[in-house]
Parts: sequence; C-alpha cells; structure tokens
Amino acid sequence: MTRLGKYTRRGFIVASVAVAGGVVFGVRTYRAQLENPLIAELGQGEAALTPYVKITGDGITLITPRAEMGQGIHTTLASLVAEELDVELDQVRIAHGPPSSAYFNGGVVEEGYPFPTTDLGTVPEFARAQRDIPAVFLGYQITGGSTSTHDAYVKMRRAGAVARETLKTAAAARAGIPVARLSTEGGAVVLPDGTRIPYTELAAEAAAVDLADAPELRPRSAWRILGKSQDRLDVVDKSTGRAIYASDIRLPGMRFGALRRSPFLGGRLRSFDASAALAMPRVDAVIDIGNGVVVVAADTWAAMQALDAVIYDWAPPDYPLDSAGHFEVIAAAFRPEQQDSRQRDDGNVADALAGAQAIEGEYRAPYLAHATMEPMSAAALMQDGALQIWAGTQGPTVARREAALAAGIDKQAVTITTTLLGGGFGRRGEMDFVQIAAKVATQMQGTPVLLTYPREEDMSRGPYRPAAIGRFRAVVADGLPLAVDIATASPSIMAGIDARGGAPAPIPAFLPDFTLSQALWDQPYGIANYRVTGYRSAPLLPASFWRSVGASQNSFFHECMMDELAVAAGCDPVEMRLALITDAPSRAVLAAVADMADWGTAPVGARARGVAFALAFGVPTAQIVEIEDTPSGIIVRDVWVAADVGVALDPRNLDAQLISGVSFGLSAAIGEEITLTDGAVDQSNYHDYPVLRMYQAPRIHTRILENQPHIRGIGEPGTPATAPALANAIFALTGQRLRDLPLGRSVVFA
Amino acid sequence: MELTINGTSHTLNLPDDMPLLWVLRDALDITGVKYGCGIAQCGACTVHINGEAVRSCQVALADVWGEVTTIEGLATPEALHAVQTAWIAHQVAQCGYCQSGQIMQAVDLLGRNPAPSDDDIDAAMSGNLCRCGTYPRIRAAIHSAATALRET
Ligand code: FES
Ligand code: FES
Repeated sequence: MTRLGKYTRRGFIVASVAVAGGVVFGVRTYRAQLENPLIAELGQGEAALTPYVKITGDGITLITPRAEMGQGIHTTLASLVAEELDVELDQVRIAHGPPSSAYFNGGVVEEGYPFPTTDLGTVPEFARAQRDIPAVFLGYQITGGSTSTHDAYVKMRRAGAVARETLKTAAAARAGIPVARLSTEGGAVVLPDGTRIPYTELAAEAAAVDLADAPELRPRSAWRILGKSQDRLDVVDKSTGRAIYASDIRLPGMRFGALRRSPFLGGRLRSFDASAALAMPRVDAVIDIGNGVVVVAADTWAAMQALDAVIYDWAPPDYPLDSAGHFEVIAAAFRPEQQDSRQRDDGNVADALAGAQAIEGEYRAPYLAHATMEPMSAAALMQDGALQIWAGTQGPTVARREAALAAGIDKQAVTITTTLLGGGFGRRGEMDFVQIAAKVATQMQGTPVLLTYPREEDMSRGPYRPAAIGRFRAVVADGLPLAVDIATASPSIMAGIDARGGAPAPIPAFLPDFTLSQALWDQPYGIANYRVTGYRSAPLLPASFWRSVGASQNSFFHECMMDELAVAAGCDPVEMRLALITDAPSRAVLAAVADMADWGTAPVGARARGVAFALAFGVPTAQIVEIEDTPSGIIVRDVWVAADVGVALDPRNLDAQLISGVSFGLSAAIGEEITLTDGAVDQSNYHDYPVLRMYQAPRIHTRILENQPHIRGIGEPGTPATAPALANAIFALTGQRLRDLPLGRSVVFA
Repeated sequence: MELTINGTSHTLNLPDDMPLLWVLRDALDITGVKYGCGIAQCGACTVHINGEAVRSCQVALADVWGEVTTIEGLATPEALHAVQTAWIAHQVAQCGYCQSGQIMQAVDLLGRNPAPSDDDIDAAMSGNLCRCGTYPRIRAAIHSAATALRET
C-alpha cells in the first residue's frame, strides 16, 4: 500500500467517508448546492459573478473569505483571483465577506486524512482530489491548519477566470464581436480596435450571462502577479493606525464590557454580589454569563475596575490543583485502554527491542497560551430581534451558529462581520468571545457593547495548547536506528473544541484525534521497526489549537529523540536523517539548510548548532539553530530554515511567515509555560508569561523550495522544528540533554 | 480638563485617574493606539507626549504634561513619516496590532539617536512586543528610516 507502512482501520474511516461521499452524491450535486451569499446584497446594475467577485458601478470587490491574522492571506487570495480576472491589485477592494458555506475550506478536510502527506499513492491522491465533497456538506468556513492557500489555489483562480469570461461574453454581445476576438487587461475588456470597456460598465449585462464551461486556468509561465512578491494590501493601514480590529469597532451609543470568569478554568460561578460594582460611577450593568460576569460601563477601564469590586463565589475546580498533578494524569494515559491511535507500526518493534540495549527518554511540554497581542474581543448589538456581531473569528459560520444559540434566536437573524485579527494562532478559532458577546447583547437590547477581555483574563483562563508527554525506546545498530517505539500522550483538543461549541459538526467519540499524534506518525523516515502510538488522557485544562497544534510538541519529542539516536549511533545528525528520509523533497530541505548554515564547518568560538526536521501541514521543513554561550547566558544567534511549499506564490510573504513561525517556536522554547497552583493559573500577563522580545530575536535566514507536488500553506510549518533544533544545539554546547520545555527552566538565556 | 491631541484641543469631563489609553480609545474613538497589557509590558499603547514616547496605559489623565500625538497624528496618509515609509517598504506588519506602538517608539528613538546601532535598537525597542515575530524587519526598517532621515 505504501512504503510508509500500514494504516490502521480506525484511522481509515475518515477517508472512507470522504470518498463514499463523492460516489453517492457526485460532483455535480454538491456544486449545485453552493449558494452565492453576495447576491442578496446587490443593488441595481451590480453583479456577483462568483462568490468571490462583486462588480458594482464604482469598483471591483474581491472576497477573501479567510481570517487575516497576520499571515497575509487576504493579499494572496486576492492575487489568485486578480491573476485570472486581469485586474491589478491596486484596482480592487478586498472584503472578508459574510459567513457562508460557499466559503467552505476543503484544505482542512485533508488535514484529517490518515495518509502521510508524502504518500502519493492512488487512494490518498483520490481522496485529496475529492476533499471538497465532505467540506461542502460541512459548510465549514474556517481559517486554520495552514490550509487557506491550498484550498483556494484552484478554486479562486477559477473564480477569476469565470468572472473574466463572463465579462467578455457580455462585451461580445454588446459589441457584436465574437468572444474569441476580445481580450482583457487592467480591469477592462479590450475590443479588436483597442476600445476598452471597463468591467464596471459591464456588470449588469454580465449578470445575465451563463457560461457553458469552466475556463482553463493559465499556466504558471503566463502569471503576472502570482509567483512574485506583492505589497500586502493591508500594509498602509497597519502602518498608519487605520486598520480596524474587533476592539476598534465604535458605534453610536456604544458601551464597553470587560469579562471575568472563574480562576478554575471552565468552572461555574455559584453566586456573586455586584452591589458595590453597580454603585460605582460609569457602571451600567453587571451581567451573569453563567461561568462569570461581564461589567458594562462607559469605558473599558471603568468596567475593568468594577470587576474587582464584585464578590464572587466560584465552584471548585474539577481537575488536579497543581501542574504536577496534571502531568500525573497525562503520564497515566500510557496504557492500552487509553490508546487513541497507532497510525504507524512497521516491522516488529517488540521483537527488535526485546533483549536489546535500548535507549529511553521521556520528554515534557507544558500548557501554552496563545497570548495574541490583541486580547479577545467582540462587539455586539441586539436590536429588534436581530443580532449583529463584529469579531476577529477564524470560523464565521460556526460563530453565527454559536451566537444564535447563545442569544436563543434563529441563525438567520445573526450577522457576523469578520474584522482583522490582532493575532490568531488558533485562539480565534474558539467561540467563547462570540458566545459571551451574544449573551451580553441580549441583556443590553438596543445598546451596542464592545467586549474586551482584560489581558489577565485572556492569559489565565485558557484554552491552551495542551500539556503533553512523549516517551520513546529505541535501538541503534550499524550507525543507524534499527527500532523506534515512540508515543505521545495529551488530552484531546478535538474533544475539547467539540464540547465548547467550536466544531462544525459533532465529532464522533470513536474517531481518533488526528491532532494528538500529528507530525509524529507521518514523518518520512524509513526505519525497519517503527511504531507510533497516541494516548488520550482524561480532559484537563481546556485544550485548543495553538500554532502548529500537535506538531508543536510532537516534533520536539521526535526530533530530540533523533538527536539522541544520532549521538548513540555515532552519526552526524544531518547525515543520519538524510540516510533515513525516504521522501525526496524532505531530503532536499535538509540538504538545503545544511548548505545554508555551512553545516560541514564547525561553528567558531563558544558557539554550537542543532538541527531538526519536521513534516507538518504537508510542508517538509528543516532548521538549524546556532547559539553562543556568553557570560550573561545563551544567545540564539542565527536560525536557518528551509521549507518546501510546492508552489511559492509570494516569496517575500513566505519569508515573513517562516520568520514568524520560527520566532513563535523560539519564544515558547525559551520561556513560555502556563502552570497551576491551588487550581488557578500562575501567569496573568506578559511579565510572568515572557514572550520573545527584540533583544532575543536572532537573524533568521529562509529558503523556499518547490520540489513537492502539492501547493501548501506556510502559517504554521515554521514553528515545530525550532524547539528541538534549539534543544539539540544546547546539547551540542553543554552536553546537557534537556527534555522539558521551556528550556529556560534548565539553562540561562541572555 | 483640556487636552491637546494631534493638534486638536479637547475639553474632557472624565475621572482624573483614567489612563490616557482609555481616554483616547473609548472616550475619543482614537483607536490607532492599542491595549495589550495595561501594565507597561507590551508597548502597544505607545503615544508621544511633547514628542517623547510614553506608555499611555500608565499615564493618568490628570498627569498628562503636554501635547499628545498618536499614530493618527504622526503624519497624513498622503505624506507619511519616514519611519512609516520604511515600515511599508520592508513590509513589516503582519497582524499589525503592535505596529502603532512600534512605530511611535521607533520615531522617538530616531529623534534621539539618528544612527542607532543594533544594540541601540534592542535597548529602545525591547519594551514593544510583537507576537508575530516582525522584529528582524523592524530592525531593518529602523536602519532604513535612519538613513532616509539623515539624508533629508
Ligand atoms: S498596554 Fe500599555 S504597555 Fe501594554
Ligand atoms: S504584527 Fe502582530 S503583534 Fe506585531
């Protein structure tokens, strides 16, 4: 079936459902179900030629229906449409658009497939080709899993091409000239005599045109925009203070809300006394939201002050009171009854390990906060039975459903406006701020309220990247690993999201959580005896997607193990990986990074290097970190990173995203952790949850490769390999094998 | 209370101890200035008072000692400040939420030090967090802006 070994039956169910969907319903049927949400809002003489292209008398608007949280996706999505539509990026407006199942994300379906992304066999490729079928039925408009670009790559170019041909057909009818003799350029149809008819003048006629066939897409050699670095469409607004995030929404008569929930995460508020708070000047209301309160006041500061004046009686926590207790629960999950998946079982690990001199290790990764620079926020107004929400959400269709549920109204009565996001990293795929804003709005009929989480609330109430433990036993022989038995254990993210109302549809409990062993089971190493097991612990603190999700801990476990095995085998860690990797694009990124860092030449002075590889979100990525021992501590000097995205649509943005991903990984590896004492989180703000600062930022050198057959996204792949590369560098420097994150617990960083 | 913000004077009837950050954002709808931490840890709220960078979350309304400039008052979209021009040329912003504060801090730095070294930049900018990891481009943009300002 594949060089990478056997897939378990349980894991296969997801893919079979996807494929069966295609057979039963057929491509035509599911296409016919797509709505075009723009049509409802059109005026006279305006046209929405596809769900992505709206043309009115005064301009062209491209819909870029993914959350812009910094990754530059609005610019890339607009480029896909503009390339085929024959408009320049400075001729269009962009808008996120309304929540709609038309903006389903097929890429995210692929993430759950039980095939390694390097497996190009018939079944995996068929399932990939059919991914949009289950996606359409779920109608799941989500930004996550680094999927936006590969989801949109064909679909949004096709939207541009369909709109272009529609406009040409309308122009041909008007001018009485065959379509074949017309061309398009700069937002206009050009007649053979050079006369230009702007698209904006053709909108009304184009709306009546029905194209017989979907036009062909242009080959890469003909691209004008794609493949070249573009100025971000939001860069001027973001450099002048004019960019609007949810917390910047201001409406006439607006009041301001601040939130406090239980310090025991997810716990109930048994009772509270708000009399002192209500007596404070500028305070309007104290609203019970079940697990806490929102104070509504004339300004956010007054609301925050009043939160301290409320007397709360919180129900006790239902989880262990301190961090050690949480790790005990996770450690106890390494047993057959709690096996979540065993997606790889090559050779015979038990036999190979029996009686051999095994190397063993246990690694630990803490809870992590997203700590987006903009704390969670949402604006809401309930008026005459209609609820309007403004939020920086990664999932607008689910947000609409959850707002409706929270307000007790029909979802048709809910409008969601997706603003820019002041950072997302997975946190804004959660629905809490939307649910709470909706509840507040129902209590404040007719008054718009901006809800802001105080930073302390944002930091200390989760949800978090789950804490996790990785364990391995391995044997090396003749300079290479002969047997590897590696396992990971953590609470289930998917179960948590489902319970909190963030899933598109209920997630069956019998399915494994594909995030749990993500980037552990599907690494492209050929090892004769190789077993990867995921164990699901009991639920602990609310667990959520955190940039690179399961890969954020599993790559640390796996790649530090590989470094240990290289040491044991007496092999260079780059050479050993090159010898084991069976996938050519993956080998190429490793060779590239070794070349960039001049790996063959020993670092000078008190410097040392470490290397790591990760295949995550379909992107093979290799990193080398160089550190220096100084009198004030370890300084990270340089990071080299090479990644293969298949097709590089915007090189400068890919560079930015790799730098961003590496910085995020470095920040966590050096100093981030969420801990508990007496049931409450110890960290509350940036003074005790230290994130990377300018003085710690290394030089980061990037290289993008295009050897792999599928286009892939770059928002997350930069993150996973950083922590293991840094830990491996510290081993090279000090001989100390650090197995607990953050590394700053064990060594001093300058 | 009288306050001059971006060249416009405002008469305000607000509590003396209300932080300038919230006066700007919630009372005056000047939202380019951002809330990130409220405790002088992130720099998202950085504005100028009499041309000097301050954390507006730490300045009580009654203590504002001069004219306030926010990112909105730094320049006009038609005639950007050299620091903003450099920020755009280097495509610094990602989510962008920290960038008002970063730019206001960088303008202050270049006002005091027309040719900052990397160490000077570290010292001046380490109070401004960026969760998106735009630090290398901020550094490059500050060097570019310094050059541009020296040449004018
Ligand atoms: S909000 Fe003032 S420094 Fe963070
Ligand atoms: S650009 Fe997102 S926090 Fe700096």
